[in-house]
Amino acid sequence: MSAMLCELCQANEAKLHVTQIVNNEMRTLSLCESCAAEKGLDTESSAANVPLTDFLAQVGKDRLEATGGPCAFCGMKFEEFKRTGRLGCSHCYVAFERSLGTLLRRLHGSTQHVGKVYLPPDPTRAEQQERLAGLRRKLDKAVELEDFERAAEIRDMIRTLEGAL
Amino acid sequence: MFDGASLTDFGLAWLEASGPHAEIVLSTRVRLARNFQRHAFAPRIREAERQEIFEEVRQAADRTDLRGGITLELAELSPLSRRVLLERHLISRELAGEAGESLARGAGLLVGPRDTLGAMVNEEDHLRLQALVSGLRLQDAYQRVDRLDEELGAQLPFAYHQEYGYLTSCPTNVGTGLRASVLIHLPGLVLTKEIGKVLQGISQVGLTFRGLYGEGSEVVGSFFQISNQTTLGKSEEDLIEQLERITGQVIRYEQDARRVLLRDAPALIDDKIWRAYGLLRYARSLSFEEVMNLLSGVRLGVSLNLLSGLRVYTLNKIMIYSQSAHLDQSAGRSLSDAECDLHRAAYVRRVLAAEGYVTEEGGSASS
Repeated sequence: MSAMLCELCQANEAKLHVTQIVNNEMRTLSLCESCAAEKGLDTESSAANVPLTDFLAQVGKDRLEATGGPCAFCGMKFEEFKRTGRLGCSHCYVAFERSLGTLLRRLHGSTQHVGKVYLPPDPTRAEQQERLAGLRRKLDKAVELEDFERAAEIRDMIRTLEGAL
Repeated sequence: MFDGASLTDFGLAWLEASGPHAEIVLSTRVRLARNFQRHAFAPRIREAERQEIFEEVRQAADRTDLRGGITLELAELSPLSRRVLLERHLISRELAGEAGESLARGAGLLVGPRDTLGAMVNEEDHLRLQALVSGLRLQDAYQRVDRLDEELGAQLPFAYHQEYGYLTSCPTNVGTGLRASVLIHLPGLVLTKEIGKVLQGISQVGLTFRGLYGEGSEVVGSFFQISNQTTLGKSEEDLIEQLERITGQVIRYEQDARRVLLRDAPALIDDKIWRAYGLLRYARSLSFEEVMNLLSGVRLGVSLNLLSGLRVYTLNKIMIYSQSAHLDQSAGRSLSDAECDLHRAAYVRRVLAAEGYVTEEGGSASS
């Protein structure tokens, strides 16, 4: 592919394509790294892959302060998470619980999972009960959508699980 | 060993354009992010653990719908093969690695025998299960990937939290771990300049859009990916249903826009479509962006029945095979940018010539 020139300086190769909506029109601007940096756009490819870090950088300035941590299991510090946008292990969710609660509410508008309930390979009785409740919700949804084939599948899963309890 | 020669059409079942609305919605993808309870996530994991995970998944996959498919460890592949997989959207940029950079062991790809179901191992999350099908088929894609999730989760313990749901390395995916997306072609809305309003509307209802190649990518040829933004606080069924409903609306807007174009500027549209076809059919040097933009015009023509005798399958195929890694592969060597444009134009000409005569509206194709 032939190199495309930056639309601002017309000198360097365009590395970054920014799509904007201005007056209901979509415009794509192709910029080189230095012009992009001048416009305040991050050109680090790792950061481009993790838009969450931009988000974290913004919200981090006010209330998203580290509480507790580092994570006792993997050693992740909250500062590192804020920089990379990635958690180190499942225990980080507990170690950073308070800060993450704020973040999750902002990202998703909720902190409560209401989807599928996981049934691990050797489930406890409580896990089976939870799963059963989750499957019943799924069954109601399938019936509501008039997807009776799916409903029958879920009903079979419910029966199997009830049999095991 | 997996090499270029065995790559023919691998992972490309969706190209067949058999799904509903396939002339507007190219493909539907649903992926689930999962992690294993007893291992650290990607930023903290050791290489030996990554290999252990890859082995466990490979073995467990034998008792799932992936049985009988292909398993690839990416570090064992040539950089070219990895780029080919990337161009087919089977692996992410992260998994493909940079040119010249050696890959850590344990990153892999599994693709089932039916070719629409797959799993990436040791990407941002330990597992990224995905179903990729032709046309607008969200329920179908979700059910396929859901079944795979059940089959794997029953064997290998996933990281799950009562309140937060399935735990993921990035909190943007936590909860359901579900990202459903449709790849949609909206030339009518782009030409009528209604696209901005539609995309703004999409953002307001909690969905997000991007270009063809994922986050941060440029929009070329009026191809957009629309997907759910949030993963926590809604059930999988609700997320799927919402995307399906909104996509249906966007399709209707697009169809309206096309009717307006045909009513107000029929000659202009006809000219645009035939110029696009003419360039693709006869040009001697084509950049990939140019091909995408021309394909967009031709696709519109096929969809509006202004140009007949071309299959949507052929247009889909050109989108994939005219990318640079695919051209390098078929040339058997690494092409310079200028050579690549020549090879691309030659490839497109050959495919279109093989398709036979293309005729104007209503006329049946004969060769």
